[in-house]
Amino acid sequence: MLKVITLLSLLALGLFAAGDDLGDMGKRDLNVSAIIMFFIFIAGTLGITKWAASKTKSASDFYTAGGGISGFQNGMAIAGDYMSAASFLGISGMIYLNGFDGLVYAVGFLVGWPVILFLMAEKLRNLGKFTFTDIAAYRLSQKEIRILAAFGSLSVVTLYLIAQMVGAGKLIQILFGMDYEYAVILVGIMMIVYVTFGGMLATTWVQIIKAVLLLSGVTFMGFMVMSHYGFSFTSLATQAVEIHDKGQAIMAPGGFISDPISAISLGLALMLGTAGLPHILMRFFTVGNAKEARKSVVYATGFIGYFYLIIAVIGLGAIVFLNTPEGAAYFQDGKLIGGGNMAAIHLSHVIGGDIFLGFISAVAFATILAVVSGLTLAGASAISHDIYAIVVKKGLASEADEIKVSKRSVIIIGIVGVILGIAFENQNIAFMVGLAFAIAASANFPILFLSIYWSKLTTRGTFIGGFVGLITAVVLVILSPTVWVEILGNESAIFPYKHPALFSVSAAFIAIWFFSITDKSQRAAQEIESFEAQSVRAQTGIGADGAVDH
Amino acid sequence: MNNELVQRIKSNPKYQELVSKRNAFSLKLSIFVLAMFYSFVLVIAFNKELLAIKLGEGVMTVAFPVGAGIILISFLTTLIYVRRANGEFEELTNSIKDDVKDLL
Repeated sequence: MLKVITLLSLLALGLFAAGDDLGDMGKRDLNVSAIIMFFIFIAGTLGITKWAASKTKSASDFYTAGGGISGFQNGMAIAGDYMSAASFLGISGMIYLNGFDGLVYAVGFLVGWPVILFLMAEKLRNLGKFTFTDIAAYRLSQKEIRILAAFGSLSVVTLYLIAQMVGAGKLIQILFGMDYEYAVILVGIMMIVYVTFGGMLATTWVQIIKAVLLLSGVTFMGFMVMSHYGFSFTSLATQAVEIHDKGQAIMAPGGFISDPISAISLGLALMLGTAGLPHILMRFFTVGNAKEARKSVVYATGFIGYFYLIIAVIGLGAIVFLNTPEGAAYFQDGKLIGGGNMAAIHLSHVIGGDIFLGFISAVAFATILAVVSGLTLAGASAISHDIYAIVVKKGLASEADEIKVSKRSVIIIGIVGVILGIAFENQNIAFMVGLAFAIAASANFPILFLSIYWSKLTTRGTFIGGFVGLITAVVLVILSPTVWVEILGNESAIFPYKHPALFSVSAAFIAIWFFSITDKSQRAAQEIESFEAQSVRAQTGIGADGAVDH
Repeated sequence: MNNELVQRIKSNPKYQELVSKRNAFSLKLSIFVLAMFYSFVLVIAFNKELLAIKLGEGVMTVAFPVGAGIILISFLTTLIYVRRANGEFEELTNSIKDDVKDLL
């Protein structure tokens, strides 16, 4: 069971994968300090939302916080998007159960960032305004590209949102003893309030505050663990090897990544998927210029890297602190209560008692809330900016109308998220996040990358190739062992690999290339011609949308 | 952005310098990070024992230091890139902007 979940969770970890093994766990007794912490957090973030609402007037304020976020703040917010409950609970849980393997995924999630910085960040900032589609549609035909990208964005956002909602519901069920349905509805309502009233400014600040709280929390845990071992990682590891069932095996890679095709495919999905996630890409438009955009990636990479290193300590710390006579209270029938994903939560109780447990639980909840808010905003922008303002109203919609549509979209996405979250209660969330990553890497990334770097890209190539990527990713996932065998119950998989990215990303690139070079239309000629101007703007930032002063 | 501006910028030697230097630099760094990451993934796929090699007499193996090292080096590459991009490249960009001020 665990191995299956872990394999399925490969892609999910960066975001949220509390795991379907939480489903059969009972509810925990009411945790009073957690609830107090939780209300303090809600009151604080609602205050921020109120403040943000008073500053959010234009469409630019709503979508991108007026471009007035600094590089440091944005780096913190990006790190916040990335240091999700899954990174925290999932990776620490995996290290607790299997040792080094957990770190392999952490490394995979981190290395995408330098590449995004070197190849994408500043170009995104120089060409974009509100959504990543602005870049793809810069010189191509607005209508087709907006429709394609909105499809890509909404597929990614919806799948992701369901996974987050299910994960949130399960986590709250365990932490607060609340019913699953109420937990999901609560998350939905909170998220709608933050996003509709406070827009990107509130969403960003909730994310920043959460990032600070989470970093402080894990730092404290890491410090306490290390202080027990005289700040020697070797002593900690020695003790962990002695206690752990698998002994020395926890110090080396295990059997998770065995077949090379899957390994390469997974690496590709992790790396390129990140560069195709709409809610992450959107963050590059919240800063004033390319210089700040670059800085934000450095800060983000630094915080995320630091976080993962501490998580390794926390995972080993959970091994040595929970597998003791005093730690027996956290086990039921020989299994950790709530499964491996709860290792860090239990460790927080060992280290800091009820109050610290309450703090960490509230932070874990905040983490989910902040990520779903960002996702919802990205989805709403695709509807209001790409579809409504540009495709339906042909760019003639007033800002006030666009914001109105956007806020309504937030409410609709929120309600859909809650309904699907409840409907998919027992669905494997890791699978949905995996699919979301695969679509992001196969549809969004190729069109974005080629529109920045390839002069011969045409609308026809992008439109056909983008859909080829999207459909290939979905079909290969359905035919893979994950869905075809484990969910649909067939004998053997038609497509033998668990990760489609290597194939679907290639299919997208080839289709875009082929249908672009064979496009001899008048429109294509114009599009190729206007690459020059786009490229000058991408390189220099001349003509880019700047920060708005308040 | 009008055509005159585009042509003026494109024919500016500083622009050509900026583009060629920056492209070469980001390509090099990207290849470095990708090579590092994929070596790691391929070692895990084909030759796990390599990471189980012990450091000294105790239980420590090379695995954790290598994993931590990749995280650290990835961060350092972003620092290296941004130092140059926000310094040298940013200056070049500003001086290009200065050269075409009359058209902005």
